[in-house]
Amino acid sequence: MVALPPCERPRLRCCAASGCRSAGARPLLAALRAAAAAGGTAPDGIAAGDQAADDISAGASAAPEPLEVRSVGCLRLCGEGPLVAWDGPEGTRLFGGLAPAAAAALVDQVRGLASLPLAADPALVSHQLDLEQPFFRLQRPLVLEGCGIVDPERIEAALAHGSYAQLRRVLHELSPEAVREQVRRSGLRGRGGGGYPTGLKWDTVALQPPGRRYVVCNADEGDPGAFMDRSVLEGDPHRLLEGMAIAAYAVGADHGYLYVRAEYPLAIERLRLALQQARQQGLLGPSIAGTAFALELEVRVGAGAYVCGEETALLHSIQGQRGIPRTRPPYPAQAGLWGAPTLINNVETFAAVPVILRQGGDWYAAIGSEGSRGTKVFSLSGAIRHTGLVEVPMGISLRTVVETMGGGDPDGGAVKAVQTGGPSGGCIPADLLDTPVDFESLLSLGSMMGSGGMVVIGQGTAMPEVARHFMAFSVNESCGKCVPCRAGTVQLLALLDRFVEQRATAADLEALEALCAMVKATSLCGLGQAAPNPVLSTLRHFRQEYTAALGPGS
Amino acid sequence: MSAATPVPAPGAEPQIHLRPGPGPCDGDERIARLIRRQGRQGDGLIEVLHQVQEIHGYLPKPALLQVARALRLPLSRVYGVASFYHLFRLQAPATHRCAVCLGTACFVRGGGRLAAGLQRRLGLALNQTRDDGTWALEQLSCIGACGQAPVLVLDGVLFSAPLLDQPKALDCWLTSLGLPAGVETR
Repeated sequence: MVALPPCERPRLRCCAASGCRSAGARPLLAALRAAAAAGGTAPDGIAAGDQAADDISAGASAAPEPLEVRSVGCLRLCGEGPLVAWDGPEGTRLFGGLAPAAAAALVDQVRGLASLPLAADPALVSHQLDLEQPFFRLQRPLVLEGCGIVDPERIEAALAHGSYAQLRRVLHELSPEAVREQVRRSGLRGRGGGGYPTGLKWDTVALQPPGRRYVVCNADEGDPGAFMDRSVLEGDPHRLLEGMAIAAYAVGADHGYLYVRAEYPLAIERLRLALQQARQQGLLGPSIAGTAFALELEVRVGAGAYVCGEETALLHSIQGQRGIPRTRPPYPAQAGLWGAPTLINNVETFAAVPVILRQGGDWYAAIGSEGSRGTKVFSLSGAIRHTGLVEVPMGISLRTVVETMGGGDPDGGAVKAVQTGGPSGGCIPADLLDTPVDFESLLSLGSMMGSGGMVVIGQGTAMPEVARHFMAFSVNESCGKCVPCRAGTVQLLALLDRFVEQRATAADLEALEALCAMVKATSLCGLGQAAPNPVLSTLRHFRQEYTAALGPGS
Repeated sequence: MSAATPVPAPGAEPQIHLRPGPGPCDGDERIARLIRRQGRQGDGLIEVLHQVQEIHGYLPKPALLQVARALRLPLSRVYGVASFYHLFRLQAPATHRCAVCLGTACFVRGGGRLAAGLQRRLGLALNQTRDDGTWALEQLSCIGACGQAPVLVLDGVLFSAPLLDQPKALDCWLTSLGLPAGVETR
């Protein structure tokens, strides 16, 4: 949540997640802390505002109350970063794109020491962001409840915000079966893209013959344009650990792994810290919260292979092998890590569990639409005014997300298409934006929900080029085990080159469609089976762009 | 490689016969230590390779041999893993690395033009290193900084690229980042 209820003692929250870091959050956070410690005036080396120095030093000598400057996770509107929220008696104000030099001016405002009102403060006024705009107003934070509020590096903050309360309650009051019952009732479906009913998966693992079980968190968020899981990992890691621990209890696992892609160093660092803190607090390890339940969790870091997001490839990678998928069945729920039944869920799926237990499965199921319950986090990017993270109820229309919340095309042009589902998904044309966002509707349009990346494509981008972009990605990421994917994607890329370069023939178009069908039908794993989707969906909705690319000879 | 008999690590099972690398390879105490710390588990191979790469900047052949011996894995398995994953380097990295993101958000926001500009400027194709080892140009597929798209990573620091439609301004910006200009070494 970004906007908080009014509070007596003012406080600053500065986003220190990757997105804002790349926009300069670290020097800003340091400058804010320095200014807060100095009572408003900035120390040497950090340019203070041009306010009268006398006023400021007078304020400092009066030893003002300490001002909390909290480092938090994602504050949603990533494109305006670095973001700083100021909570006070009048509620929350949000600022974007502040330079470290403006830190002193902001701290002066917070302390009421500024000589100008906020609305006239040249260092700040153009940076204030409207928290009443639809981008914030239409969000429904459940998974991201604590993201942007808690300091992700302090377990005390997470505990104060309610983390681990459900784990404790579940361990003391509920049987594993009762936990699974709530998850079944919630209608939660896997948030990694597949949409498999989570309760059913948990049951499958739990009901295997007695023996060891594992629980695995798939944090190998590889779809280009997707950064939801990263925000949870960086912004509220304890919520994920709590959800995972509840899952482990529900299926009878005592050991688990979090598989994180190496491209997310900050997420890995914060996750490791969170694990260590949770162990110290007795919330992981032997006899958790004074019960007989024990759970060891380990972080495993990927090494740059998109295919490892596929569950059987991921299991191989955790075991120190090449990330190569295998045929299913047996499903990992039956035979996974070292042959033992293994529960694999995505970050967002686990992070949704604590709120389901807290409010009850039926409460959760009342949100969203038939068949797609609850909320979903999307990362909005591309040709769109407001880039960032939104959590919305399922069933909301694409138009609401892209145009109302996202603000549409930044240059005022029309949106051409929305790409969902990454390299496995497809492009939805602007005239179908009234489609509700749910698993079935997106599939019926030849795209898919995917993990939640939503990339908006503007009028200036040609669709065969988009298709080629994704095919180049699939060529690069194919593991090489099965021929349709290894060789088929290369051939598809060569055909798409011809369309992009306007030298295709009618026969090429036929070959393109035939090969897409073949690769889709015969590849071993999801990567190959879905690799033709960007081509098929653009052929379906933007066919004229392909036929227009046919050369004169055809 | 010499034909000398490999010296088994203390306590190693003798059934795997690896040809030894150049002399000092097993003597890399840092690698030996990190493998001891990791508990000599074969399933920790990827973690071990990450740490070896942190030490050397890449995965030199002698180090792979040492890892194979110490973890009691066939070298083929170690090499297979090292060559499978994109982030493991089997060659020494260039002094400076410029990586351009070509993820979807960056692509939609002109990442292709940025990549073309960088190729021209550095005189390198994507995923190519200069012969003198000073500069490498790499491509990334999404690092999750879509809010700042298009982005490039210069020696580990992420930058958001402005003004793609103004080649001169883009060039000025690249100069300010310290990228060499107008190189003819191709």
